Amino acid sequence: MDILKFITAGSVDDGKSTLIGRLLYDTDSILEDQLEAIKSANRKNDDGTVDLAIITDGLKAEREQGITIDVAYKYFQTDKRKFIIADTPGHIQYTRNMVTGASGADLAIILIDARKGVIEQTIRHTFLVSLLNIQHVLVCVNKMDMVDYDQESFEKIKSDYLQFSNKLTIQNIEFIPVSALRGDNIVIKSRNMPWYDGPSLIHFLETVDVKPFATSGKGRFPVQWIVRPQTDELHDYRGYAGRIVGGSFKVGDKVAIMPSGFRSTITHIELNNEQKVDAEEGESVIIRLEDDIDISRGDLIVSAADIPEVTKDIEASICWMDLRPLDLSQTYLLQTNSKLSRVKIQDILHKVNINTLEEIPADTFSLNDIGKVRIRSADELVVDTYAENKATGGAILIDTRTNLTVGALMFS
Amino acid sequence: MDYLDHLEAEAISILREVAGQFEKPALLFSGGKDSITLVHLAKKAFRPGKFPFPLVHIDTGHNFSETITFRDNLIEELGERLIVGNVQDAIDQGKVVEQKGKNASRNPLQTVTLLETIEQNGFDACIGGARRDEEKARAKERIFSVRDEFGQWDPKRQRPELWNIFNGKIQKGENVRVFPISNWTELDVWNYIKRENIEIPSLYFAHERDCIYRNGQWMTADPSLNLDHEDKIERKQVRFRTIGDMTCTAAVESDKSDIDGVILEISQSRISERGARMDDKVSEAAMEDRKKGGYF
Repeated sequence: MDILKFITAGSVDDGKSTLIGRLLYDTDSILEDQLEAIKSANRKNDDGTVDLAIITDGLKAEREQGITIDVAYKYFQTDKRKFIIADTPGHIQYTRNMVTGASGADLAIILIDARKGVIEQTIRHTFLVSLLNIQHVLVCVNKMDMVDYDQESFEKIKSDYLQFSNKLTIQNIEFIPVSALRGDNIVIKSRNMPWYDGPSLIHFLETVDVKPFATSGKGRFPVQWIVRPQTDELHDYRGYAGRIVGGSFKVGDKVAIMPSGFRSTITHIELNNEQKVDAEEGESVIIRLEDDIDISRGDLIVSAADIPEVTKDIEASICWMDLRPLDLSQTYLLQTNSKLSRVKIQDILHKVNINTLEEIPADTFSLNDIGKVRIRSADELVVDTYAENKATGGAILIDTRTNLTVGALMFS
Repeated sequence: MDYLDHLEAEAISILREVAGQFEKPALLFSGGKDSITLVHLAKKAFRPGKFPFPLVHIDTGHNFSETITFRDNLIEELGERLIVGNVQDAIDQGKVVEQKGKNASRNPLQTVTLLETIEQNGFDACIGGARRDEEKARAKERIFSVRDEFGQWDPKRQRPELWNIFNGKIQKGENVRVFPISNWTELDVWNYIKRENIEIPSLYFAHERDCIYRNGQWMTADPSLNLDHEDKIERKQVRFRTIGDMTCTAAVESDKSDIDGVILEISQSRISERGARMDDKVSEAAMEDRKKGGYF
């Protein structure tokens, strides 16, 4: 059984939390004591049914205001798959939280209110999903019960959506008409919409194949930690501990150590004293090499046939995540998988109006702004493009004064 | 990769980030299945090397004797360092006052001893076995959760956490709580324990025990629960689904004496794991409030 990670995005009243509540409820993932707590929380829908949205609103402030502020993670499974949902806020002032949730997802569910159709927020959410390189989007046209399950309304929204999403680079877009409140097309196909012949939401989630369009197969292994037991019997042991973030490695493979560029050969791949012949993307292992080379945390072991770019100057898409705006005169820390480098933002190339997707000139970035910058690094950076590999093509910016994570970077 | 392989690889990678980013990390060990799983993951992350951190146990003094024996045997077998913070010491020194009455528990007092142990040892990161599926406030917490100098969690000021990049930069006095098995469910932990053949305390399996019935739950008949003449002691066949100290952990009636039985029972259960934790029943936001106060 594998895991599918997805986000749900929609604006405040699209019924996003209700949809998640419905998914959990209808797949039998809410237990009795939790349901009791929901019932006793005294938040009811207008018609007196239990408000399922309360399941995902974990913080007091969220329950008080009836909105989602921060990402909530929820877990459920069916016979076919395990699911991790990142429920992300829809408000524009929580764009950074949506970017956070989207960074780890394979698929995005975008909710549209059938009565309102495609609105600015739909465009913004879809743009962010495309920016974070999520290649599978499921558009749920919700509240179909409020438009009498009308096919025309659904088709209109579908064509409006495709018209603007054509400009973006999303490979797989599907549409499902649902009512999260009534449960139409969530787990069971709705009898109210005989004109719809596609799958139910859960059936789609269980069967969608997200493997295509994932990372390029180039071997990438960031070194996180050096294992050196320094005992009598393991006196010369040096193991490089990390997680394979691209491609695969096997014993005997020729590799290069970046940024130094030294070459060597893999002699061992192991974990907890168990030897392996090979290991693939996603696995945490220890790699040992034939030659005694100076390797430290933050270096990258790569397949010798696919050397990544080494550079001090790089362009990146950026999402600004801090209340303090970007300061072009300041030095920031750039953190990739396991390496920190001092950088400056050299130039702002443009800002994006995320409601219209227009590129506009800008002097700085404020909270939730998105655009493109040119970065200058003090050390050599070893990078892939974000489109090729999210792990070696993505990074965060840290403000050295506050230690806060202030920006998300996607190298181009 | 199977989902358990994926969860394992993610947790190992998080543990190695802790080792790489912090000067003085520690692994908070409670003797429960989640922290035992963490220890197993630490072996995978760092062997044949030593752990780059000690294990830290905050002992309320009301622990099950099985937990303490298990802990000591495990440390012996691992050859790693153990640091114990005693809640009894804080009580003796008058730093905290014990609750009185029948529902008294030292569970809330743990926070004081935990914060003191962190400060005395200068720990800058504490690894814990909390999972997001346990409780709704936990579902919102980051994997690297920054706490201020008073150990407080501020849910409104959490750092964005993107991809698998963890920002562990802190000011002096602050520390980070790290949760490598955030994305595991209760059932994932059990399936992993089974797959990896990890030894766990016998408390998790059906056994006979003297119990009393309080607030709708079976509790261990132990003096730490301030027993009186109203408490009727009954011999029951029970097991524990979650293990805290005796005053806050309820037993469930069960005849499941092996891991397959336990997994079957949990997957059919209609009550959540924290349903057996008295400390969560205080109010709707009990966990959020405790976390804001420095709780694990």
